[in-house]
Amino acid sequence: MERRNFIKNSLALLAPTMIGGNPIHILQDHPMLDTALLATSGNDNVLVIIQLSGGNDGLNTVIPMSEYGNYYNARTNIAIPEKKVLKLTENDATGLHPSMTAMQNLFSEGKLNIVQSVGYPQPSFSHFRATDIWMSGSDSNEYLNTGWAGRLLNNENPGYPDGYPTADKPDPLAIQIGSLATLTCQGPVVNMALSISDPSSFYNLIDGTNASVANTNAGYELSFLRSIAKQTNLYTARIKAASDSVKQQVTYPNNSLASQLKIVARLIKGGLQTKVYMVNYGGFDTHAGQVVATDTTTGAHANLLKVLSDSIAAFQSDMAGLEIEDRVIGMTYSEFGRRIKSNASGGTDHGSAAPLFLFGKNVRGGVFGNNPTIPATATFNDNVPYQYDFRTIYSTILQNWFCVTETAKTEILTKQYPLLPLINASVCGINDKNSTFAKEALVYNYPNPFNSATKIEFKTKGGHTLLQLLDGSGTIIKLLVEATYNFAGMNSYTLYGSGLVPGVYYIRLQNEDKIFVKPIIKM
Amino acid sequence: MPTSPQTSLLGLKPYQGAWTYLHCKHLLNRTLFGAKVADINAFKNKGLVASVDELLNFPNNLPSPPLNEYNTASYTDPNVLAGTTWIGDISLDGTINSYRRSSYKKWLLSICVGQERNIREKLTFFWSNHFGTESDTINYGTMIYNHHQILRTNCIGNFKQLVRAVTTDPGMLRYLNGYLNTKTAPDENYGRELQELFTVGKDGGAKYTEDDVKAAAKVLTGWKIDASFNAVFDSTRHDTSNKTFSPYYSTKTITGKTGANGALETDELLNMIFENTDVAKFICRKLYRYFVYYYIDANVEENIIKPLANAFITNNYEIKPVLKLLFESEHFYDNLYIGCQIKSPLDHVVGFLRQYEIAFPDAVSDYADAYFLYNNMVNQLIGMGQNPVDPPNVAGWPAYYQAPDYNELWINADTLPKRNKFTDLMIETGYTRNGKKIIVNTIQFAKTVCANPSDPNALIDSIFSFLLSTEIDASFKNNLKVQLLLTGQSSDYYWTDAWNLYNSIPNLINFNIVNNRLKALLKYIMNLPDYQLQ
Repeated sequence: MERRNFIKNSLALLAPTMIGGNPIHILQDHPMLDTALLATSGNDNVLVIIQLSGGNDGLNTVIPMSEYGNYYNARTNIAIPEKKVLKLTENDATGLHPSMTAMQNLFSEGKLNIVQSVGYPQPSFSHFRATDIWMSGSDSNEYLNTGWAGRLLNNENPGYPDGYPTADKPDPLAIQIGSLATLTCQGPVVNMALSISDPSSFYNLIDGTNASVANTNAGYELSFLRSIAKQTNLYTARIKAASDSVKQQVTYPNNSLASQLKIVARLIKGGLQTKVYMVNYGGFDTHAGQVVATDTTTGAHANLLKVLSDSIAAFQSDMAGLEIEDRVIGMTYSEFGRRIKSNASGGTDHGSAAPLFLFGKNVRGGVFGNNPTIPATATFNDNVPYQYDFRTIYSTILQNWFCVTETAKTEILTKQYPLLPLINASVCGINDKNSTFAKEALVYNYPNPFNSATKIEFKTKGGHTLLQLLDGSGTIIKLLVEATYNFAGMNSYTLYGSGLVPGVYYIRLQNEDKIFVKPIIKM
Repeated sequence: MPTSPQTSLLGLKPYQGAWTYLHCKHLLNRTLFGAKVADINAFKNKGLVASVDELLNFPNNLPSPPLNEYNTASYTDPNVLAGTTWIGDISLDGTINSYRRSSYKKWLLSICVGQERNIREKLTFFWSNHFGTESDTINYGTMIYNHHQILRTNCIGNFKQLVRAVTTDPGMLRYLNGYLNTKTAPDENYGRELQELFTVGKDGGAKYTEDDVKAAAKVLTGWKIDASFNAVFDSTRHDTSNKTFSPYYSTKTITGKTGANGALETDELLNMIFENTDVAKFICRKLYRYFVYYYIDANVEENIIKPLANAFITNNYEIKPVLKLLFESEHFYDNLYIGCQIKSPLDHVVGFLRQYEIAFPDAVSDYADAYFLYNNMVNQLIGMGQNPVDPPNVAGWPAYYQAPDYNELWINADTLPKRNKFTDLMIETGYTRNGKKIIVNTIQFAKTVCANPSDPNALIDSIFSFLLSTEIDASFKNNLKVQLLLTGQSSDYYWTDAWNLYNSIPNLINFNIVNNRLKALLKYIMNLPDYQLQ
């Protein structure tokens, strides 16, 4: 494990200036400097982030079968017929879009986790702003000019890019494929990601060929400049060697997402120490013509989901074949979901919370969270409220996948967020390492949202049982129940609203090896 | 794909083709240190002949001189008040002159950045490279200033007169030891470089001899510098013998003269040298390499250099007619030469500052902050390999003369990343001094460069046309639009909405949405190798 003290005193005192030719920003105000940080991650785990640009329609991706009647009524022109919805093993309440058979299989193998209704308070309906919020990990009314993964990587590599690559860190810290450097990996000084923006230029790199130039003197000089530019990319040789070393991969489908994931698989297997890969797949902004009217299981959105599902499944199968699935997980996200009610154009408008997929051998399989509640007569303004703040996913990945310390994690995310049981406990040896993810709901409350009081019912299998109230930041603010029960069964607790400011809270149940977290809303 | 430089068969006949944005920008990129949007628009409307006319004809109103901006808490110039010029104060003090050398460079940057719409600074810089003096060697601020003022005031005048002025310029006398050149201890330094580097040159196979160098040195004996930094002729140090030159100079003999008349030998020497047609060809080749392209083959020698040299001679070494002929020629506008010149560091840094109209504090009224910020630019240039008015030696920077690579010598694995870091830095953080910041204003830039910046296609097209001279295919531009301006969204109106939202509600979040996307786009374009060409 590499330990580098963040040199607060020397760096923070500098006005904007140059160190070794690199611009250094004013760092005094950055929350990272509030406490001395240690480099935090000792493992070689890899995260692959799949960005679904445009705002994926979560309700037609992960279909709330327990709410099917209301779901259908809200979007008759685009609803997936009940019998066509793909069933999930031991999860009758929830199903997948019919084009996602590959991910259905992944679910059956226990390698897919569907986190329900991921979002954040006061959601933005602007693509740009919502994307920035997801990438930076900011609050809705807050502006962060760094990315959440950028802060992670900067935490471990505070001097980057001066002197990089180093003997210890010979590879890009993060790689963005298929698009240009995004906010996700923006550090306080520079972007921590190397972008391979143009897949064809990547293949040129691998093949050692050059892009064409005009038959002019400008073309002649441009060839020269490009050859120097190539030399200056210190990572080129490593990337090429890593890619060249992988001779055999599974067959990927022929689409842009799969091509990107195929490159990622090669680079991971080829030995790059890169921790974060980002790929991008767009077209989810389905305002109109989301489905073919005569068969709502087909159309633009079905095609997108098929690409997503087939590509992820191929990638996961490649991970297994290349024998690296122990150390790779993937996460999808989209800047927002879409409205509950469809519009007259056979599409859906910008919405808020939506499901998020985590996949990989070390992801705990299952559906996490409850189906969103669909109103009996949905109006055009109805949205899926969020159950899980997207930063609780980041929090979990940081602490339970990259094994970042809790202190460092809080610095990276700028606030405290709870952990969700989404990743196998053995990865980072977390405290509740024997716990398993509870597939069935173990906590209910009514009413929810609540004002004066809500009745919490929780299911215990007997033995030590803990019921905690957490605020939106994940801080435990009240111990509701701590008891050892002799028998399995339902128990209840009434939570009074007085003294609780309006907002999202979490009820966390820990019963022996089982953990369950339920969001509740105080009006 | 071209495997070697090519030359155009088009000659010096006037260009009759369309006067497009690209042609106009091409002319300005070669005659100014980068063009502003308004410059291109103004010249585009004028047409070619009027544009060349304006670029080459300008009043001799010289910029106000450099100031004492270097007083600090720990240092005060004893002779010159802060905020007043030091050019008239003759001082031999090492510390003072060290500050003034640095002051001159900062001032020079301010002059280049603030240049008017004419060729003066680009041409002045050509001559400062041509005569190759190093300010470190001249040492004295006043002499450095005076030397470069000679170049500036004569930059588009008569070349022969320019050489005459430089020959007995105290700065040059000091730089090439002319002031130590006496009859008892001749110093051949200037006598040699006058021929090898300043006039007949070596590259055309000029056949002057070592004896010609010695004879020239003898002719030039007697010049020295007085305490007021004036060149004076001291006949007691002059070699009065007859000086006979080789057949290259028609076996000319310059008769030795005594007394004050000894100084006239200097004029005789220059008359003799300028009789040789190699002078005109050598200078025309150098001008061609500086303004068009470094590659000269037999075709260019025959169809461009020779006729230019003839015009130079016919016009008694007036510089302007030669440049007019070149800048109006169909050769100059051949597509082969558009965008083929690798920028010098000065082109890169000053060109960038002008393209983005970076607003520096006023160099007179707010001199302290202005010079401080210009000093950042000087340091950038030094990092990129071009310390202004301090070339590596009297030959100037190798990129202007070293075959076969020429301009390619500016670019290597060290300097290219520095060029990219500079543009990144000016986009991201800029430089700040006493609350005054020089940084790219992306939104203002978008408005300046494009009439309708809310349309992402129009915006991308405008930015590419303005910043680059190479052809960029539509799919590449579209890809950048989607990835950077639309950040993955498939509909153009998301950019339009974001732009309009910022313009109606310019709060921080709306600003950042637009600004971040523009920053990413501009950084990306300027990191393309194409941006290194003009």
